[in-house]
Amino acid sequence: MSFDLIYELLLGLLALATATWSVATRDSYSAVVGFVGYGLLMALVWMQLQAVDVALTEAAIGSGLTGLLLLGAAARLRKADARVTARPTRTLRAVAALACTGLAAALAATVLSLPQSPPSLTAAAVSALPATGLGNPVNGVLMAFRAFDTLLEKVVLVLSLVGVWSLAPELGWTGRPRLLHPFADDGVLRFLARTLPPLGLLFGLHLMWNGADEPGGAFQGATVLAAMWLLVLMAGLGEAPPVRSRWLRVAAVAGPATFLAVGIAGMGIAGAFLAYPEAHAKALILFIEVPMMLTVALVLALLVAGPPEQAPHP
Amino acid sequence: MPLPEALAAGPSAGGGWLVAAIAWPVVALLLVIAGGERLAARTGALALPVGIAIAIAVALDVANAGAGGLTYHVGGWAPPLGIALRADWLAAAMLLVTAVVATGAGVHALADFGPPRAGSPGRASLAFWASLLGAWAALNLAFLGNDLFNLYVALELLTFAAVPLVCLDGSAATLQAALRYLLYALVGSVLYLLGAVLLYGAYGTLDMGLLATAVRPEPAAWAAAALMTAGLLAKTALFPLHLWLPPAHAGAPPAASAVLSALVVKGSFFIVLRLWFEALPGLANAAAMQLLGLLGAGAILYGSALALRQSRLKLLVAYSTVAQIGYLFLVFPLAFDASTGRLAAGTALAGGLLQAVSHALAKAAMFMSAGLIAVTLGHDRIAGLGGLARARPATLLTFALAGVSLVGLPPSGGFAAKWLLLSAAVATGQWWWAVVIVLGGLLTGAYLVLVLMHALSEPDASAAAPRPVASWRDAAPLVLALLAVFMGLAGLAPFEVGQEAVAAQAHGAMP
Amino acid sequence: MSPTTLYGLFGAALVGLGLYGLLTEPRLLRKIIAFNLVGSGVFLLFGVVARRGADAGLAGDPVPQALVITGIVVAFSATALAVALLLRLHEAGGGTTLDDDNGAGPDRPPS
Repeated sequence: MSFDLIYELLLGLLALATATWSVATRDSYSAVVGFVGYGLLMALVWMQLQAVDVALTEAAIGSGLTGLLLLGAAARLRKADARVTARPTRTLRAVAALACTGLAAALAATVLSLPQSPPSLTAAAVSALPATGLGNPVNGVLMAFRAFDTLLEKVVLVLSLVGVWSLAPELGWTGRPRLLHPFADDGVLRFLARTLPPLGLLFGLHLMWNGADEPGGAFQGATVLAAMWLLVLMAGLGEAPPVRSRWLRVAAVAGPATFLAVGIAGMGIAGAFLAYPEAHAKALILFIEVPMMLTVALVLALLVAGPPEQAPHP
Repeated sequence: MPLPEALAAGPSAGGGWLVAAIAWPVVALLLVIAGGERLAARTGALALPVGIAIAIAVALDVANAGAGGLTYHVGGWAPPLGIALRADWLAAAMLLVTAVVATGAGVHALADFGPPRAGSPGRASLAFWASLLGAWAALNLAFLGNDLFNLYVALELLTFAAVPLVCLDGSAATLQAALRYLLYALVGSVLYLLGAVLLYGAYGTLDMGLLATAVRPEPAAWAAAALMTAGLLAKTALFPLHLWLPPAHAGAPPAASAVLSALVVKGSFFIVLRLWFEALPGLANAAAMQLLGLLGAGAILYGSALALRQSRLKLLVAYSTVAQIGYLFLVFPLAFDASTGRLAAGTALAGGLLQAVSHALAKAAMFMSAGLIAVTLGHDRIAGLGGLARARPATLLTFALAGVSLVGLPPSGGFAAKWLLLSAAVATGQWWWAVVIVLGGLLTGAYLVLVLMHALSEPDASAAAPRPVASWRDAAPLVLALLAVFMGLAGLAPFEVGQEAVAAQAHGAMP
Repeated sequence: MSPTTLYGLFGAALVGLGLYGLLTEPRLLRKIIAFNLVGSGVFLLFGVVARRGADAGLAGDPVPQALVITGIVVAFSATALAVALLLRLHEAGGGTTLDDDNGAGPDRPPS
């Protein structure tokens, strides 16, 4: 067994152990902390699989933002969850364990039966990549070959934000999202919230710009921007805008709207929806990515911030 | 071993309308969100009829395209690297019924979710119209998509649009129903995605057309088929995974319930059809198809039996949806051709399509009229429906007409659908499904007669006086109910043409 | 055993683990965490397929990697919606489980 394999085995086992603990532990808050740790281990696993873009996204969104969301919820629900004592009977749990083990075993057997060298689209992507002007093949897939998925995914994001907002109480609609547990008194947090965001802004923009040819891209850059804004909100240095504000609405739809507009223009200019004329492909993709990054950053942060609440009485 | 290189091919002739069918609802959705609460209802209400025109344009293009239908390569990239959209008779019919029912629901909703009055924040209005347009976009993508991951995104968009509709009133009961629905839907999507990754891992493509030629009966394909079907069954609320549907559909506002029952569940069903008829044709076997039919029969009998036991009208209508979904799954055993080991696009499929279309029209009408009944009487207890015939005859008539199509009386679309399914059952010698269909019709008739009996009786002396409701509100449900009732007449003639086209297309698709 | 096979087995185990958590845990927040674990397992399987598809000078097939990135974002939106619903349910007095304290069970007609 090579050293690499031992490392991978240990990493996988550690991730699995953390996940198991996250499912089994009684306290909900601990389960979320375990889940965040699991997410970071998964980012390492993705690095082992040579998928750097995915590792960045998993660390940022899968572990970071999701963890933030779940931590806030766990803090608010701690007492209520502790009062829940009903659990399925031992027999039911045993049956479920048996069924899930069986399913996992069948799945494992199926995975083992998959070909070691499957038919893949790598060669096709590499040969078609120069037409897009990009150097990062994953970004090529996201922004050119399967741009339709990316466009629709923006729509999914915006619609889920409207869905979260719709959960506000009737009068709360005029208010703004109030972040769970603002730590306005925390000196260290306020210091970080003053110094980090300008650096984070630069880093996020760099990630997006660089993502054309190196690992990175609009999603990863947007997550950094969202994290910076959330930091500012959590430290109490700023407030989320009211959900009815016009600029917020326009910014939220700017990303998908630009993408859609370029796509429809492509029907006339390049012959198909979401097709790019080869000479201007990279420029068009960057033109789409800038408002897209703004929208994604905004929506990701606001999804964590939650539904608006009624403005407190003066 | 790499697949043949995907060269950037030009788009197929025509097919621009396919893009419009998906892009137009998205444009309307973005306008609603950016335009704000005051303009939401007007934007939505204006956008919906345009959708009917687009659906008709797609149908005309499909008619001109002949066997095989229309294909469109998004971005000019051909599969397997790119994503394709595809339209055939099935897709065109579903696009049209979606546009019609969504327009009816939208018009009906203008009363409850119209432009907010001064002083009202407008939350419900924005949420309703954004969800309606989002669901519409997602459904059109589900009907036109030919790529399995693209369809996954469609399913997620559909879920995120549908769930907020359930809990628009903000009560704890509907919030719980919405959460249950969301969890079932999410588990369904993740099982579907798990199947998709197995297929990609084995065959290197997610395009349904390419999969049809590449898939062989082997463990990876079997596992993928089972997982994807299970996930989609959860989203379609087929028995025994139906538990989320009744509280969710009964708790939503009437116009939303109409869209949820009539259209949203048909999206995932359509993908199951596509999967077994086109993407994985060689995997169909008698046992699996009979199992799907068995679950469908369970849905018909269990759903109808429970509908009989309900004391609230909206829950009765919701359980009726559980039952009617079962008919859709009878298509699988009835279309299975034992000699070729494949699903044949013939009478059974035509019956299933007609069932989906007429159920959509009838159920939407039924939920909307149930909503009007609840507003008029102040409650929706079936036992307290007395006096309805005098208070709102038009609403009761709409309900009855919708019921006619659900039971399957001629000349309704429901009758034509059951007739086609029965002939398929007789032709293939599977008489047991015929028994189920007849029993289902009898049970449906029973619970509808129950409602009508109560509605035609004299009101209780202690009952509150019926509240006045504007008469124009009966228009949209009545139109939909009439469409359902006469669909059999108008439908059967061009339907035979459609059926031949369906059969020709099947022969063309399978060399 | 190659590394990708190892991670493939881990992915299968995660799917089973997450499904167990979904089925047996009454608290909704824990169900949401379990759902994220299942999703993570599915994405890991995509990653295995991507690594195996290495070709033409690249270390992995870019298509599954792009699908995973899209999937992670969609899963996050789903979690956000589910958490918002759960917090709202808790505020509205509905508890933090799907147990029927609030009304009739799904198949029992209300009294």
